[in-house]
Amino acid sequence: MGAATRDAFGEKIVEVGADPRIVVLTGDLRDSTRTEEFAERYPDRFLDAGIAERNMLGIASGLALSGKVPWACSFSCFVTGRFETLRLSVAYQEANVRIVGTHTGIGVGEDGYSQMALEDMAGIRALPNVAIVNPADGVETERAVEYLVEHRGPVFFRLTRQGVEDVNGDGYRFEFGKAVTLREGSDVAILATGAPVGEAVNAAEELSGDGVSARVVNVHTIKPLDADAVRSVAAECRALLTVEDHSIHGGLGSAVAEVLSEGNGSRAPLRRVGMTTFGESGSPDELYARFGLDAEGIARSARESLDRVA
Amino acid sequence: MDTRTGTSEDRRELVDRLTAIARDLRITDIEMITEAGSGHPGGTLSAADVIAALYFRKLRIRPEEPAWEGRDRFVMSKGHCIPIVYAAMAKRGFFPEEELKTLRKLGSPLQGHPDRTRLPGIEASTGSLGQGLSIAVGMAVAGKLDGASWRVYCMLGDGEIQAGQIWEAAMFAPRHGLDNLCAILDANQVQQTAKVADILDEEPLVAKWRAFDWHVREIDGHDMAQILDALDEAEQVTGRPTLIVSHTVKGKGVSWMELDPAWHGKAPKPEEAERALAELRGEGS
Repeated sequence: MGAATRDAFGEKIVEVGADPRIVVLTGDLRDSTRTEEFAERYPDRFLDAGIAERNMLGIASGLALSGKVPWACSFSCFVTGRFETLRLSVAYQEANVRIVGTHTGIGVGEDGYSQMALEDMAGIRALPNVAIVNPADGVETERAVEYLVEHRGPVFFRLTRQGVEDVNGDGYRFEFGKAVTLREGSDVAILATGAPVGEAVNAAEELSGDGVSARVVNVHTIKPLDADAVRSVAAECRALLTVEDHSIHGGLGSAVAEVLSEGNGSRAPLRRVGMTTFGESGSPDELYARFGLDAEGIARSARESLDRVA
Repeated sequence: MDTRTGTSEDRRELVDRLTAIARDLRITDIEMITEAGSGHPGGTLSAADVIAALYFRKLRIRPEEPAWEGRDRFVMSKGHCIPIVYAAMAKRGFFPEEELKTLRKLGSPLQGHPDRTRLPGIEASTGSLGQGLSIAVGMAVAGKLDGASWRVYCMLGDGEIQAGQIWEAAMFAPRHGLDNLCAILDANQVQQTAKVADILDEEPLVAKWRAFDWHVREIDGHDMAQILDALDEAEQVTGRPTLIVSHTVKGKGVSWMELDPAWHGKAPKPEEAERALAELRGEGS
């Protein structure tokens, strides 16, 4: 198991932190969001808003409107849950804010549902101007941070509490808005995002043992979605699966369904793997197994989809 | 001699000039809202005197260069009252006064609530009450980080400060020594549906802000000399932000609108506007 993406973020933000435009904010979560080291290195450009995330978002907006590049960090459900402030004070202003949400999905584990952001991407997808980047592993997180320092416009950056499988090599190049094919295949295409990407790769390996050819595509940018990649995958594979540690309503599954339903000449059925209920307490591994987000569950869903088209 | 403006206008003349401007802004405001057929006369009329003092005296701004780095920032947190600011901006030359007629019309940069992406000179898009002070605080932090001399002003409504986010910002600003921030509370006593005291009484208002460690000054917000004194005083305060509690009358200047919640959010009909304008112009009826 590789590092949690929040760990990779915490290291990288220190590295790029020499840039005087960068300001990091948090709401009493400098430990959990891995921003402690930044706080020590750059105390003048670290702001703790206390447990007051609306104010944190508003301050981030004011900083951005004054030329800074603020990173507002908290558990995703606490920062994206302040939706109305995010909507007006960040999105509508076109304020150059990075909203960093850690502790996403059921991968949060034992703390249970109240700490698990399962609908954060759904809300933000509806906001004009706000991009969503949901990296799959530590390397991708680091490269995305480098990119986001220079990106113009608000971005929601979605990170994990738990360690995730490394899927990208050291030479990986992050390209905003471009899905990445991790494994070729033609029977079923698994479009995954965030922590489950590593599970999808393992599922494809398992499926190949049964003679099933599975393609794995890492959709790290949920918005803007790489619609061309979705269409070509749909044209080239017999069945499609989306996998996300998030509600299937409003996240990657919905985004892909929207593209497909607008017409693509393909009859490949789409199955959305993700959450339809609240989460609960348990270890991340247990929860991934329970809700079908582990390699075994993903492989099972893939076989069922292929059975339907066979 | 005023050291900053380089003019020799004495205080009395200044007060008279700004008072006259405030009256003109009120007239323009009623004309705009009437033309638009919708809007918020009450809270715009109460804010007119402070807006006149800010835009025609206090704010260091360049209408011909709205994004000038060294400008003072003004955030209208009670965004529904932006028409009185539009009136001031037009009079200062940010855009042609003719454009005021497009308020709230399709395609206009003069949105019903301010939109910074459509109108240069608007510092923050607001309209959901309770958010502007946090944005102003962020600007003030940026100014401090850069060692800049520009200041940040933010106007709040007395109904607005019932919102919890205001108090999050109120807690934060003094802890960060933001003496480059001056908030002005347009305490016009009335919110959308009733008197503030009857909806959710905020007293003891001044004690609350003082307890949060703000420098607080109370004024009659329709007395230009007091407004100028308070704004000057705020510039001298060090180590913490200032709140000017500007006691005003909602609908000020139009006797039958004053303190009547009915005039929070509706435009006068043309014949009502005639009566309102006559009163503002000081014409006998």
